[in-house]
Amino acid sequence: MAKLIRFLPLILVIALGVVLYRGLSLNPQDMPSALVGKAMPVFSLKTLNNSERTVTQQDLLGDIVLVNVWATWCPTCKYEHPYLVDIAKDPQVKLYGLNYKDERGAAQKWLQHYEDPYVFSIFDEEGTLGLDLGVYGAPETFVIDHKGIIRKRFAGAIDTRVWRREFEPLIAQLIEEKKQGK
Amino acid sequence: MRLISLFILTLTLFIGFVQVKASPVDTYEFRDEVTKIRFQALSKELRCPKCQNQNLADSNSPIAADLRKELYELLQQGKADSEIVDFMVNRYGEFVLYRPRVSELTYVLWFGPAVLILLGIIVVIVVVRRKPVDKKTLALSTAQQDKLKDILNDK
Repeated sequence: MAKLIRFLPLILVIALGVVLYRGLSLNPQDMPSALVGKAMPVFSLKTLNNSERTVTQQDLLGDIVLVNVWATWCPTCKYEHPYLVDIAKDPQVKLYGLNYKDERGAAQKWLQHYEDPYVFSIFDEEGTLGLDLGVYGAPETFVIDHKGIIRKRFAGAIDTRVWRREFEPLIAQLIEEKKQGK
Repeated sequence: MRLISLFILTLTLFIGFVQVKASPVDTYEFRDEVTKIRFQALSKELRCPKCQNQNLADSNSPIAADLRKELYELLQQGKADSEIVDFMVNRYGEFVLYRPRVSELTYVLWFGPAVLILLGIIVVIVVVRRKPVDKKTLALSTAQQDKLKDILNDK
């Protein structure tokens, strides 16, 4: 027993070392969203392509939905764009855009110049919906289930690798849930 | 010489300029002095979600500016501090609080230091109050004393 106590400091130091070493490889930017498990916030905004058309959270109901927060001032969004075009071809998900704190003209030009992958883009000039979603930058992507509950928030660019790792398993699970009518 | 003093003057001005620029200054009109003080206090307590080592008051990032604006508007609407904190936590998570709330997750954080100090005090008390070793057992027996004398005299 007395011998064991002699080694106690060493054991404690090793334990502390393990904990701190693990901390080195954690990503501090990787924060859980406060909204996972909650309903999509209530909103009423115009679409990017039609300043007459008002859309609300009701318009996103019924399908497995991706809401992609993007803006023309965001260079990473450009990187992400071709992957989004690919994702939009998948009939099992619906991709909506949230044009976040952007200019309408520039954003419309962007979609004409590249390709428009979105069913529609919500035009959030003031960033009010962004604020309600806890958005702090772009790009960010939210996964919403068929009942309108936010299931995932991903901050950063989507590419094939990220899609396979972060999204595919969840989407498969959501499709299953929808089939079972949960 | 004049060149050096000119250089120093420029440098001083530059540093002064940089320092002035370092913290964002918003021009908000508050309805009273108390609201202003609350705004300052809350913007120091709330953390910027983007630049994680800065509070809202410190940060120049656009999201921090947005959140300061939101904070200002909530204050002007007459919201209580706790309501404002809830508003932010509901959107950005517990993460935005520089002073985390007491919950199961943060018990260790809040009470850990007190427990450690208590533990230390207990250890000190136990060590101090431990029965002192009996001096008689330390004293040399006559045989040992004789031997010691022999050794000393041997020189």
